[in-house]
Amino acid sequence: MADEVQTPESDDEGARRREFLYLATLGVGAVGAAAFAWPIIDSMNPAADVLALSSVEVDLGPIQVGQSITVKWRGRPVFIRRRTPDEIKAARVAELAELIDPQPDEERVQQPEWLILVGVCTHLGCIPLGQKSGEPRGDYGGWFCPCHGSHYDTSGRIRFGPAPKNLEVPGYTFLDDSTVRIG
Amino acid sequence: MATKTEFNNPVIRWVDERLPVFTYLDHEYNQFPMPKNLNYWWNFGALASVALVVMILTGIMLAMQYTAHVDLAFESVERIMRDVNYGWLLRYIHMNGASMFFIVVYIHLFRGLYYGSYKAPRELLWMLGVVIILLMMATAFMGYVLPWGQMSFWGATVITNLFSAIPIVGDWIVTWLWGGFSVDNPTLNRFYALHYLMPFVLFAVVGLHVVALHVNGSTNPTGVEVQSPRDTVSFHPYFTAKDSVGLVAFLFVFAAFVFFAPNFFGEPDNYIKANPLQTPPHIVPEWYFLPFYAILRAVPDNFIGAWMGFTLISAKLAGVIAMFGSIAVLFLLPWLDTSKVRSARFRPWYKWFFWLFLLDCLLLGYIGSQPAEGIFIWIGRGATAWYFAHFLVFFPLLGWFETPKPLPTSISEPVLKEDS
Ligand code: HEM
Ligand code: FES
Repeated sequence: MADEVQTPESDDEGARRREFLYLATLGVGAVGAAAFAWPIIDSMNPAADVLALSSVEVDLGPIQVGQSITVKWRGRPVFIRRRTPDEIKAARVAELAELIDPQPDEERVQQPEWLILVGVCTHLGCIPLGQKSGEPRGDYGGWFCPCHGSHYDTSGRIRFGPAPKNLEVPGYTFLDDSTVRIG
Repeated sequence: MATKTEFNNPVIRWVDERLPVFTYLDHEYNQFPMPKNLNYWWNFGALASVALVVMILTGIMLAMQYTAHVDLAFESVERIMRDVNYGWLLRYIHMNGASMFFIVVYIHLFRGLYYGSYKAPRELLWMLGVVIILLMMATAFMGYVLPWGQMSFWGATVITNLFSAIPIVGDWIVTWLWGGFSVDNPTLNRFYALHYLMPFVLFAVVGLHVVALHVNGSTNPTGVEVQSPRDTVSFHPYFTAKDSVGLVAFLFVFAAFVFFAPNFFGEPDNYIKANPLQTPPHIVPEWYFLPFYAILRAVPDNFIGAWMGFTLISAKLAGVIAMFGSIAVLFLLPWLDTSKVRSARFRPWYKWFFWLFLLDCLLLGYIGSQPAEGIFIWIGRGATAWYFAHFLVFFPLLGWFETPKPLPTSISEPVLKEDS
């Protein structure tokens, strides 16, 4: 029986093997759990049908200079404003250095007259006022978000208030002079 | 404590020998030694448990009638109010129950602050309590979305948008939370699933809270630990009776709201169906979130920028950090308070700071209910600064500079002295 007594070396060897098996099992288990976690997390992301509802066509014909309309796109409002020459000028003379989120007006429109924006305040997601006549348009003549007081200018850029970014410009294409497709 | 209780009833004895639930109940709720000098502020834990059970019961009954779909949710709640037998009662109990639950838990928390209940060896007990508050907030927030009124929708929009403040992954997280590009049907569905689930998680955490409590037992108004059986009385009948008195009073108040002012805590705008294209002029959260809402809005635009010379984080992110930080400091409180003395009764300065802090929280609540303009902005900033100073400056300093009053040697001592 004496030759079956384990020497310290063979004990060490056993411990190392056990440790390896232990770590390997844990590692495979962790990879498996992670692989399973992703489908669970991703199932909460927008589903195919939600993604499919992603473009609308708008007839711009009836909109007069100075008027705005709101259309619904992906559950959110899109602001379309046919800007007056004064509004365009105001948007273009603004000093970029003064802006919270500097971006020239030229980069925010395809045709100077037509300003198209996602009408969701970049602070916490309220809908800014200023689409209908009589609504406050803030200190910069664009939009005013009543929730926490963000002021946007005639290019939809944030000028004052807690919102960090300009109103988002959605992807859009002019199909002809008076039709635009958003999305 | 592992000693078994002997029961006379043979059925109970048979069960208890195989699954000692009766022994457990007997130890923890019958014989359990309670400090004999507890006042009525010690009722609120029991009241909170009752409130939780009421919420779960009425919630399950509502769930049998409710439809989680953007086209039907609002109508299904109106149907509960008009057509379902006693539906109005179930809903009003559930609606006001949320407010009652928060009142009771907030009082419970301030009791802890006054009497120093968070100090060693009860730090984990306290931290589990803070977890309970967080879970309650998440549950109530998602519940409030379910009736799909204007405040439901816009409250959900504003709060979920908070996560967009997180750098880099923020927008991705918000889309993920919504399951779309705005708060919409997928959002309503998942909130419903979670609103059903979370109260049961809450129930489990309350269980842990009670287990942790029963390791060292309750503190008491003197803050001096129990030293001998002379300092205690058994839970039953002494505190079952005292808790019952408090419970009746609580139910009176609860019922008064349910039957006479059911919409007192509510917002009229939530009886208008959600409209994703129109923000109500003034979005306010439920009253129990107002102080936190005030803190969220208090951080000035370029505070961080002006302070460090460059903008590290936006005002939006700073506000969000401040809001979550206002709860996070509660977790740290056991280590921020450097005083060896528990109860404010023996802390002449802390006592004042406690009341000032309570006033500060009420003030923040008021500011949260007002539009963020003019003087309100400045008051909100001051009150927020005081809130954090209370934890991060006053608590550590008071422990050093305050001279506590002499402590009684035991719970019984002051009583015996009065007698002689
Ligand atoms: C911690 C416990 C709970 C809290 C704090 C809570 C909170 C709330 C709140 C604030 C509302 C909105 C009330 C309104 O304005 O109409 C609500 C609605 C609802 N809750 Fe809960 N709830 C809890 C537990 C439960 C449970 C356990 C269930 C289901 C099993 C449930 C099911 C519902 C349903 C179906 C609604 C929608 C009907 C309605 O709005 O009245 N709740 N909850
Ligand atoms: S959501 Fe517009 S200012 Fe806060």
